[in-house]
Amino acid sequence: MTAALKVAGLVKQYRQARALDGVDLEISQGEFFGLLGPNGAGKTTLINILAGLARPTRGTAEVMGLDVTRDYAQARRALGVVPQELVYDPFFTAREVLRMQSGYFGIRKNDDWIEHVLHNLGLTPYADRNMRALSGGMKRRVLVAQALMHKPPVIVLDEPTAGVDVDLRQTLWQFIRSLNREGHTVVLTTHYLEEAETLCERIAMLKEGRLVALDSTRNLLSRRHDHQAQFRLDGEPSAVPGLRRGQGSCWQFGFKEYLELENLMARLRADGIKVLEMQLLEPDLEDVFTEIIQSA
Amino acid sequence: MTGFTTLLYKELLRFWKVAFQTILAPIVTAMLYLLIFSHVLEERVQVYPGISYTTFLVPGLIMMSMLQNAFANSSSSLIQSKITGNIVFVLVAPLSYLEFFSAYLLAAVIRGLVVGVGVGLVTVWFTDLPLMHPFWLLALTVLSTGILAALGILAGMWADKFDQLAAFQNFLIMPLTFLSGVFYSIHSLPTFWQAASHWNPVFYMIDGFRWGFFGRSDVAPGLSLLVVAVCFVAISGFTLLLIRRGYKLRY
Repeated sequence: MTAALKVAGLVKQYRQARALDGVDLEISQGEFFGLLGPNGAGKTTLINILAGLARPTRGTAEVMGLDVTRDYAQARRALGVVPQELVYDPFFTAREVLRMQSGYFGIRKNDDWIEHVLHNLGLTPYADRNMRALSGGMKRRVLVAQALMHKPPVIVLDEPTAGVDVDLRQTLWQFIRSLNREGHTVVLTTHYLEEAETLCERIAMLKEGRLVALDSTRNLLSRRHDHQAQFRLDGEPSAVPGLRRGQGSCWQFGFKEYLELENLMARLRADGIKVLEMQLLEPDLEDVFTEIIQSA
Repeated sequence: MTGFTTLLYKELLRFWKVAFQTILAPIVTAMLYLLIFSHVLEERVQVYPGISYTTFLVPGLIMMSMLQNAFANSSSSLIQSKITGNIVFVLVAPLSYLEFFSAYLLAAVIRGLVVGVGVGLVTVWFTDLPLMHPFWLLALTVLSTGILAALGILAGMWADKFDQLAAFQNFLIMPLTFLSGVFYSIHSLPTFWQAASHWNPVFYMIDGFRWGFFGRSDVAPGLSLLVVAVCFVAISGFTLLLIRRGYKLRY
């Protein structure tokens, strides 16, 4: 089956800075894929190349098997991009904006789909208001709606929930998940790693324009073998490797094997210290992300 | 084709929504020019025998208003879209560079025409202006506003901030239009400035346009049409080339 997105040896050089440094990546149709990385890692540049907003210096990029430079018109029809910046046209209402976006993609009568998207994104009551009059969250919803006007098989969301409230996040993810279930490929970049952990089946991490990790979310999470336990103690224990003081009477203990936990308990008993509270902390994507980015 | 018509419609709707600023204001400005200059010079200047100064002035004012507004339309639309970032909605769409260019160009030409008709209708009250060659006027209007529309696209693409666009407008477009013989015949100028005026393409637009109304001009009308047509092809071709390369649009 043709890959939803495929980039090979992708390089983007901006005068002094190399934004992408030979990225190879393939995303299958129907995936919910996460693209993570710190600021300046090259995520937006990669998306811009796929959308035709930037041109690759070297390498190729394809959307549904269509080269973004050579077959640009077909490739753009297959892709819907929600830009990171909160951009809007202050001359028009939300509904006008959506009708125009449909028209740009060659769709003359799209009112049924426009109503469907407006409804699912909670925009119906605001559809005939000027874009200037909408709140930041509402403008963000319109951006998402615009990207969906031509029903693209591949949807790229570049930090769609940056600075928006919980209500929008839930509405948005509910709708995007339903689109993914219907077969749309979804690529998400976000700084909210718990979102990526919950939603994405596979994750790629970029750093300084290079791909530093690419695996399923499950595998990435299981990469981290260290465990963490948090205690509240009624006294100050003697020095134990891996045990460090937290806030107040809290202590953090890092360990690899559970047997080490038993040894710690024995030591605390020997010191006459009681454990008042204990909590095991499971590794999350943030830990994995930090570890990978720091070691890359 | 739907992509092109939608972008054209969007551009037309954009200026129509602010018609006070984009249509009415230039008509009022042209009327003020006419009132002041005709009042001061009507009895003192007669450029061509048998043609009053007001009759001489009106075609130039119409053309100047059309040119300035054609430029303003494409340039301001593009710079606003670039600065606010909403240009991405057009750039991610499967529009060809030709559709992009044609939509911005045609919208600017139409705004020029609307302003020109408006100025023409208002000035009808002040003078009895003959209309000797209407098809000629239409051809020259489309080509002339097309040149300024294409220049507007160029300026809008080139400028990164409003200040740069204002410089383009104030230091290039305004002098070219004001020093093109709108208010005078170049024959009244010293030899050097007469020669310099022949290097100003806007002079041919104004002069040829005047010929379309009352059959009198400073240079042969055929030469005016030729210069305007060549400029249109050259500037449009250059602009198309830059759009195709994604100059300051696609990085």
